[in-house]
Amino acid sequence: MNSATADIADFGYKTSMKILVIEDDREAADYLKKAFAEAGHTAHIAADGDSGFALADAGDYDVYVIDRMLPRRDGLSIISELRARGNETPALILSALGEVDDRVTGLRAGGDDYLTKPYAFSELLARVEVLNRRSGSKDVETMYRVGDLELDRLSHSVRRAGREITLQPREFRLLEYLMRHAGQVVTRTMLLENVWDYHFDPQTNVIDVHVSRLRGKIEKGFDKPVLHTIRGAGYMLRADPDRTQP
Amino acid sequence: MPALPAVMKTTAARLSALYLVLFIICATFLVFYMTSLSVRMLLDQTRDTIQEEVLDLGRAYQRGGLSRLVRVIELRARQPGANLYLIADPNGRVLSGNVESLQPSVLDNVGWIERPFAYRRYGEAESSGGSPLTGHSATALVFRLPNQMIVLVGRDIGEVERFRDVVRRALVVAFGIMGLGALLIWYFVGRRALKRIDKVSEASRRIMGGDLTGRLPMSGAGDEFDRLSENLNKMLDRITALNEGLRHVSDNIAHDLKTPLTRLRNRAEAALAGKPRTAEYRAALERTIAESDQLIRTFNAILMISRLEAGYSAEATTRVDLKAIVDDVVELYEPAAEEVGVKLEAHVEKAVEIDGNRELIGQALSNIVDNGIKYSAGMSETPLVSVSLKVEGGEAWLTVTDNGPGIPPEEQGRVTERFVRLETSRTQPGSGLGLSLAKAVLSYHGGRLEIAGRKPGLSVAMIFPMGKGG
Repeated sequence: MNSATADIADFGYKTSMKILVIEDDREAADYLKKAFAEAGHTAHIAADGDSGFALADAGDYDVYVIDRMLPRRDGLSIISELRARGNETPALILSALGEVDDRVTGLRAGGDDYLTKPYAFSELLARVEVLNRRSGSKDVETMYRVGDLELDRLSHSVRRAGREITLQPREFRLLEYLMRHAGQVVTRTMLLENVWDYHFDPQTNVIDVHVSRLRGKIEKGFDKPVLHTIRGAGYMLRADPDRTQP
Repeated sequence: MPALPAVMKTTAARLSALYLVLFIICATFLVFYMTSLSVRMLLDQTRDTIQEEVLDLGRAYQRGGLSRLVRVIELRARQPGANLYLIADPNGRVLSGNVESLQPSVLDNVGWIERPFAYRRYGEAESSGGSPLTGHSATALVFRLPNQMIVLVGRDIGEVERFRDVVRRALVVAFGIMGLGALLIWYFVGRRALKRIDKVSEASRRIMGGDLTGRLPMSGAGDEFDRLSENLNKMLDRITALNEGLRHVSDNIAHDLKTPLTRLRNRAEAALAGKPRTAEYRAALERTIAESDQLIRTFNAILMISRLEAGYSAEATTRVDLKAIVDDVVELYEPAAEEVGVKLEAHVEKAVEIDGNRELIGQALSNIVDNGIKYSAGMSETPLVSVSLKVEGGEAWLTVTDNGPGIPPEEQGRVTERFVRLETSRTQPGSGLGLSLAKAVLSYHGGRLEIAGRKPGLSVAMIFPMGKGG
C-alpha cells in the first residue's frame, strides 16, 4: 500500500448526522443503528412503513435510509408522499428487488440514491454521508479549495500551491467530484456512478488506476498527500488528516 | 370393437355423428322431394293426354252419336299399349271398353279420380288366389254423356310408380353407400388422430412423471399435430434448460460459495484461536471484509443474471449509441490495461444506435474487456485487446478480440455457463460469472454472444439486433 493509505478511524467527521432507518428486518436494523453510532451518527429505527412515515414526517432528520419493501407501506410511497409534502430530506433506498429498471423507478419516486442488498456497510455509510444535507458543499460552486489545491470549474483549471496542473477531462471530473465531497469517503462505485455514469460493480481495480493516475498528478512534487485511500472503503480528499480526534 | 367407445369420446366422433344425422335428414328429404316432383310431372303429363283424348271422344260423339263413340273407343282400345276406355250404362253396367273389371265405386263420381285405382284388362289372366285387381293402377277421368251413359278414359300409371320406386331405391342405395363410406373413413381417420393424441398424452404423462428428457413424438408429416408437438417440445427444451440452469446454479452456489465461506470462517477461527494481538485481528478482519466483498459481488452477479433471465422490460430500454458505450468502457479500462502492459484500443468508425440498456451493455462489455485484459496480460510480446463495432446484416457486432492464450474449441461453449472458470484460469481473480452475465445481457436484448478462437487469442462478439430505428 502506498503512503496515503489510511483507516477510516484516522479521520474525524465534520458533522454528526441524525439518520432515520426504516427497515423491517430487526437484525439488520439493529446492526445499522450500532454501525452508524460507531461512525458517530445517531440512527432511529422504524420497523414498518406507517411508523416510518410518521417519524419522517415529524422528526428532523438529515438523511433517510428506507427499505423498499416494508410491511403496511411501501418504501417508495413513503418517499413520494414526503416529497409531495415538501419534505426534501435526502433519502437512500435499500432494495433487495431485482428488476433492471428498479433504480430508475426508485429515483423517480424521489429517492436520492439507491443501494441493492446485499451491500457493504462502508458503501452505505459513504453514500449516506455524501447525501447529508448539512454537508454543505453540495451546492454548485465555481471554485473548490482543499488545502493548497484549487479547482476552477469555469476555466477548467487545477492548481496546487499556485502551480498549474494539466488534467485529462475525465481526471478533471474525478477530481471535481472528490473535491466537492472533500472530507468524505467516496467509494469506487460512487466514483463510477458519478464520474462515468455507470452503476455496475467494477470487478477489478479500474477505478483505483484512474485514482492513482490522478494522485500522481496532484501529489508528485508536493510534500503532503491530499488524496487518501481509505482501507476497506474508498477514497477521501482531505488536506490535513487530523489524527488527534477519535 | 373395443376401441369404439374410446373413439366415440373424441370431439371428432361427436361432430361426425352430428354431421351424419344431418346428412341422413337432408338425403331423405332430397330423395322424397326429387321422386315426388318427377312423379307429379309425369302424372300431369298423363292427365293432359287423357284430357285430349276426352276432347277427341266428345267430338266423335257430337258427330256420330253414341254408336260412333263406341266404335271409336273400340278402335282405340285395341291398339297396343292403349289407354283405358270404358262405357257403362247409367247403372254402371259395362257396355264396352278394354277394362274387364274395376275397383268398385270408381264409376260413382264424375270427374278426376284423384287416387290411383286397380283394374284388369280383358284377356288378362286372373292372378291365382289373390285379389283379381292387383298389379295395375291407373288414373282416369270419368264423365257422363248427355244420355246419362258413363264414360271413363284412363291411363295406367304403373310405369310412373315403378319409375318412382326405382329412383327412390337408387337414391337410398347411393346415399347409403355414401354414408357408410363416410362412416368408415371417419372411423379410420378418427382412430389415427386418436392414436396420435394417445401417444402425445402418454409421452406427456412420462414427462410429468419426471423423465424430463422425454419428448413428444413427431410423425414427420408436418401437419398440425407435428407443429403442436414441435412447439411443446421447444417449450420442454426451454423448461429443461431453465431447470438445468437452476440446478447448475444451486450446485455451483453450494460448491463455489462454500469454499470462500469456509475460508472466511477458518480465518476468523484461526484469529480467535491465536494470541489476542490487535495487529493479527486487524489483518484477519481486513481479509474477512475483502472476502465478503467478493461474496457480495458474486451474489449481485447471480441476482443480476436471474433478473435478466426473468425477461425484457421495455421501460428499461432506450435508444443507445454503442459507440458511446465503447468509448466509455475503453476509456475506463485503458489505464488498468496499461498498468499490466496490455494495449487496449477501439476501432469504431461511426455511431450505431440500437434499442437497449446502456448500463447493461456497458457492464457486459466491461466484463468481456476485463477478461481480455486479464487473460492476455503477459501472454505475448505485445498483448493487445481491441474493441470493434460494425453493422452487418441488420445486426450490430460489438467484438472484443485479444491475443492471449484463447480457449480450446471444446471449452468455448462452456465458458458462458455460470461459474465456469476453466482450470487454467483458476488462479485469476473473478467470480466466473462475467461471460454468463454478458450472455444474459445479450439474450435480454434479443441478441447473442459468439465466441470464436483466433490464432492466437479469442474473439468475443456481442451481436445486437438493430431494432426499429436501425
